[in-house]
Amino acid sequence: MTTGLLNRRQVLVAGAAMLASTALARAHNGTVHVTIEWTNTDPFAHTATVKGGWEVTIPPGQKATHVVTADDTVEYYCRFHPNMKGHIRVVG
Amino acid sequence: MKTLIAAVSAACLMLTAPLAIAADAPSDPEIAHIAYSAGVIDVEAAKLALSKTKNADVKAFAESMQKDHEAVNDMALALVKKLNVTPEDNATSQALAKAGEEKRAELGKLDGSAFDKAYVDNEVAYHKQVNGALETLLIPSAQNAELKSLLETGLKLFQGHQQHAEHVAAGLK
Repeated sequence: MTTGLLNRRQVLVAGAAMLASTALARAHNGTVHVTIEWTNTDPFAHTATVKGGWEVTIPPGQKATHVVTADDTVEYYCRFHPNMKGHIRVVG
Repeated sequence: MKTLIAAVSAACLMLTAPLAIAADAPSDPEIAHIAYSAGVIDVEAAKLALSKTKNADVKAFAESMQKDHEAVNDMALALVKKLNVTPEDNATSQALAKAGEEKRAELGKLDGSAFDKAYVDNEVAYHKQVNGALETLLIPSAQNAELKSLLETGLKLFQGHQQHAEHVAAGLK
């Protein structure tokens, strides 16, 4: 896992494909330089929602991003289809 | 809905009588009609909810139901057109439509939190029944691979709807 200035992790969101998807981000001197990009190929809106935290809406057929922060070791799910889940792990 | 339940129960019973399956399993044109009808019913229920509810979570849920089920039905229409299949009306579709109308009339008489609770509880029950029918009858009976695949996508999506409805229901208590 490299720690470039801007790393992009791509997550495909289609059907239940987001299920159990993992994004690994490495912190570098306390800063994380990773952006997660979700691509929704479905005709349905999805979200990446952290309970009690942030939420990213991924409209049908579009991409959406989230800039990972140091405290972003989180489980996330789709608010509209809670059987779609993923998690982000920040290490280092 | 009674017929749908009966059909599902019958499908379970028929496991021990394989000859009966060929005679009673719905055909692809019937399956397409049943799946489409089930979607229309949920879109209608969502429209009713959007005209009545003042609860933000119920509204967000109903909006999602309307959009998702319309999108799935558009996919279904595109598929039957591509396959040159004409959906066939059948007893299960008719029973579904009748039960849907009756439920809508029942919900229409309620307001406020009583409506919200009854709508969301029914959404949990309805998705449970439709998902059960998809798993045990419609998906196993589908002959065309693309139709089967669309039904499988629908099942995953609707299982998500059921969980979403359960979350909203828990928040209403």
